[in-house]
Amino acid sequence: MDKYQNTSSLRHQRMLDSLFRGVTRFFAFLVLALLVGILLSLLVGAMPSIRHFGFGFFTSTAWDPVAADFGAVVAIYGTLATATIALLIGVPVSFGIALFLTELCPVWLKRPLGIAIELLAGIPSIIYGMWGLFVFAPKFGDHVQPWLLEHLGDIPGVGFLFQGAPMGIGIFTAGLILAIMVIPFIASVMRDVFEIVPPMLKESAYGLGATTWEVVRNVVLPYTKTGVVGGIMLGLGRALGETMAVTFVIGNSSNFAIGLFEPGNSIASTLANEFAEASGELYLASLIELGLILFFITFVVLACSKLLLLRLKKQEGLQH
Amino acid sequence: MNPQNTKLQVKNLNFYYGNFHALKNINMEIEPKKVTAFIGPSGCGKSTLLRTFNRMFELYPGMRAEGEILMDGKNILDRDIDINLLRAKVGMVFQKPTPFPMSIHDNITFGVRLYEKLSRAEMDDRVEWALRKAALWDEVKDKLRQSGNSLSGGQQQRLCIARAVAAKPEVLLLDEPTSALDPISTAHIEELIHELKEDYTIAIVTHNMQQAARVSDFTAYMYLGEMIEFGETDSIFTTPKKKATEDYITGKFG
Repeated sequence: MDKYQNTSSLRHQRMLDSLFRGVTRFFAFLVLALLVGILLSLLVGAMPSIRHFGFGFFTSTAWDPVAADFGAVVAIYGTLATATIALLIGVPVSFGIALFLTELCPVWLKRPLGIAIELLAGIPSIIYGMWGLFVFAPKFGDHVQPWLLEHLGDIPGVGFLFQGAPMGIGIFTAGLILAIMVIPFIASVMRDVFEIVPPMLKESAYGLGATTWEVVRNVVLPYTKTGVVGGIMLGLGRALGETMAVTFVIGNSSNFAIGLFEPGNSIASTLANEFAEASGELYLASLIELGLILFFITFVVLACSKLLLLRLKKQEGLQH
Repeated sequence: MNPQNTKLQVKNLNFYYGNFHALKNINMEIEPKKVTAFIGPSGCGKSTLLRTFNRMFELYPGMRAEGEILMDGKNILDRDIDINLLRAKVGMVFQKPTPFPMSIHDNITFGVRLYEKLSRAEMDDRVEWALRKAALWDEVKDKLRQSGNSLSGGQQQRLCIARAVAAKPEVLLLDEPTSALDPISTAHIEELIHELKEDYTIAIVTHNMQQAARVSDFTAYMYLGEMIEFGETDSIFTTPKKKATEDYITGKFG
């Protein structure tokens, strides 16, 4: 008998196949449904605040629960400033770590260093927060901040950023702690993508007489740009949304101040501090609108990174 | 052979991957503006030998070379030699095409920019010159801004040859340059080798014995890290002095 005649087992397999297809499709759409659901519930929850404050919510520096007057500027500024500081410090350091691990590190050191970085990523954020508040902030306030105030505070153009009392805590400290927290993420992603560059491609560049830096700058980075940007986005996502560690060291002040050494508040830390005691519809709605804004910021950042990648791809030359 | 007639002179060269003795006491001379082919079964050390000529092995830990390789009388294995400058003088093309992730134009200028300051016009001339040398100009002259990855495999490999040629090296190392290509592209590249040897000293590793016979002036047969026989290609293929060489080229072995 022809072996292909066995139709019942064939039918059985076809059924399993379509079942499998259905299940995976269900999971994929579940993600989409969750996303839309969260967005909708945030919108509904924030409605009273959106109606009451309108666009003024984005321009107001007020945050007065007693008078029920709320604005998002302090929290948005705190979130963006801490995340920017974290990336400005974290990205170059992570790049250096990844570069050293893949191109320069002696073999015997590779594994221990790699494992150390992965362990760093596994430390709970509250530990970073406690360390930042009890160990780092006092030392930073006593030894580093006075120096920074003295030397950077008077530079025209950027001096206004380095203002405030040297108390140790504040927006700058939160940015530093965030930098330490995002480094393991960005560094390990960068290391992983640097490692997939074909050795022959690197050898081709070395073979033309390029130095390690020239090879990395002109060949490794363009080859891995998608992964590198992805790693930075992962770090940025963590920096924007990090709650516990930031709440510990940012100072939790709802008074607006542009100086980075001043205490401030981020969206996530405001939510963590005030959600439990939010009384009144408007207060709660304002907090939920802050959450919606954080959601929106993350979305914009992701869109920007996609645009950046498209631009980089153009520089690489047309594909057809 | 007198010194004027030697581009590369290998003297008592030994090579080790960790404890593995990969090249055993190699002695040979490579003549300028000639093609020297290295043949032998996989793992015989021919690629390893080629990679000592530009010290590419130094990228990897645990590899070391002992002995001397004199290029125009100077030992290139010497610690004092600037390794980047050496590699600028000794170009290399690999088994697979390795275009850089940038435009065709920028692929060519990459190596030139490292060591020469040229004006825009001079650079454009150099790009055309190199692409003409690699017999690729007519196919890509209208799409120099396109990505190097948009070319076919054979074109990509000629792009890599043009890239190596553009930097005006003295020696060109070809490590199985046609192993990933179809017969037509292979023929293109073999023609190219013929033309390039007017200006360059070429060393080519190949698995294809007919290719060695077609393109080279000298042939070295290697086996298990040893140089079994080295001489003019004609005599190696017609009247080999050693039984082992004869067995390999007649296909009884390997």
